[in-house]
Amino acid sequence: MEHHQPDLRVRLGTLELKNPVIAASGTFGYGEEYASLVDLNQIGAIVVKGLSLKPKSGNPPPRIVETNGGMLNAIGLANVGVETFIREKLPALRKYDTRIIANIYGHHIDEYGELASMLKGVESISALEVNISCPNVECGGMVFGVDPDVSARVTERVLKNTDKPVIMKLTPNVTDIRVIARAVESAGAHAISLINTLTGMAIDVDSRTPKLANIYGGLSGPAIRPVAVFMVYQAASSVRIPVIGMGGIMDARDALEFIIAGASAVQVGTANFVSPAATLDVLDGIRGYCEKHGVGRIEDIVGSLKKSH
Amino acid sequence: MLFKRCVLGYPALMIEDQAEVAFNRPLTSDTWLMGLRSAVISGSASPGQFVMVRVRKGADPLLRRPFSICGVEGDMFLLLYRVVGKGSEMMTGIAAGGRVSVLGPLGNGFRIPEDGRELLLVAGGIGIAPLLFLAHRLGSREFRFMAGFGSADGITPVQEVLDLSRPLQISTDDGTKGYHGPVTDLLQGTLRDCGTGSPCSIFTCGPRGMLKSVARIAGKDGIACQVSMEASMACGLGACLGCVVPAAPGEGRTYYHVCSEGPVFDSAMIDWAAV
Repeated sequence: MEHHQPDLRVRLGTLELKNPVIAASGTFGYGEEYASLVDLNQIGAIVVKGLSLKPKSGNPPPRIVETNGGMLNAIGLANVGVETFIREKLPALRKYDTRIIANIYGHHIDEYGELASMLKGVESISALEVNISCPNVECGGMVFGVDPDVSARVTERVLKNTDKPVIMKLTPNVTDIRVIARAVESAGAHAISLINTLTGMAIDVDSRTPKLANIYGGLSGPAIRPVAVFMVYQAASSVRIPVIGMGGIMDARDALEFIIAGASAVQVGTANFVSPAATLDVLDGIRGYCEKHGVGRIEDIVGSLKKSH
Repeated sequence: MLFKRCVLGYPALMIEDQAEVAFNRPLTSDTWLMGLRSAVISGSASPGQFVMVRVRKGADPLLRRPFSICGVEGDMFLLLYRVVGKGSEMMTGIAAGGRVSVLGPLGNGFRIPEDGRELLLVAGGIGIAPLLFLAHRLGSREFRFMAGFGSADGITPVQEVLDLSRPLQISTDDGTKGYHGPVTDLLQGTLRDCGTGSPCSIFTCGPRGMLKSVARIAGKDGIACQVSMEASMACGLGACLGCVVPAAPGEGRTYYHVCSEGPVFDSAMIDWAAV
């Protein structure tokens, strides 16, 4: 029997990836940190650590605590700043044959526009992923992404200042994810990615102090995966733009849940900390699944959930 | 500063290896010693470096655990660990012959001064681990090794770990063995013996309170002091940005990352008031 390699290429609007496995922002540094352990050329795309206009040193420690099947982090969006990223980090990263997606965040809508402008002419950046899970200073610290109108305004501002595909990264800490997904789609987003971390808290009962210096943080890891799969399913059912799914993916079967639920691509996050080659293990497993199940193109099973057994 | 500050980038010889457990046995009521075979890690490890151990597959525990390397014998490296939580508890259950995923060696390690100065090793509790490796590497070179423990039954039986060229000076908090009091008292006594003006270097690892005291003693007399720091971390590779320690005023930054810029720092680099 003739054996065909499954076609793993995916199209996210105008953004084409050689495969659907992406390293998630905040879990893969600027790529270089993993270069001696993982062949970066094989990864579909790398989303770099969230960039702000100015360098940010982040929250006081402790910033990380493990919980059952997950981890809480309150890094505080520490990063080198967009200018240093372009000057010092990008040259090493762009040598690899992978797509580079810049994740950006701000605390004012203007900052999102400025960041998009600064990255506009940077050719090696294939797309922007916009983090709207951070507090909006103009709205008393309310998170941008919990309000559909504010989410749409951020989307519009970024689009006005870039010619790159724009992926809006949604927070799960909302009443109805479908409303936010539709709002950013209407505003022109080319794709959405979800879920960002779930807000959580852990307490040391002996000292009665929070385990994170920041009191609360973002929960990631396998503990959140069922929540993430459902939100991806809901979002994918309510928009036409491509959805990138993430949340606790540890192996290929986890990733396939997201794809079957409606995600065109997936991001691997916390798993990178545990297993530096997690992205490639997920990719190998997806390839094996396609071969075993006679799936010729990965795009054929996106959103292929059967509603009955 | 007596030594050039050496903030390393990413280590050249670092791998993820499925190391074979050569042995895993208790040394005291709450400390264990594990021998792991990995030619690459053993061959490139230097004192002060650490490894990230995946205690077992699956989500419990989820993250790797950082451990200082406490010695190398041929293709085997040693981990001295204290049973403090779920991860280390599970580690005690790993039998010889099993395989464990280990990432390393990570971090920068101690810098050993090349002149003939006196080297003072100051350990607190399980913080003795990286200093045992250092003492072993020093071989016949002159050094003094002071180690503090809570009680006599918690003292690491060093002879069961590595052959060292000289004995340890022991202190215990409860006086059940050796000097009755903190190990920093032994350090101050030693510094008096050395006499002011004779050059020496301190190498230390232990609980944060003890490290603060050692840093204060060293800072007062302008003695070079290298501190091995601990922090909770997820990756060990400089990606998660979890393992920060506050940088001293004037360092031009707020934090240092323990995994990628440490774990060994000149004590003057750290803001001890904020630790």
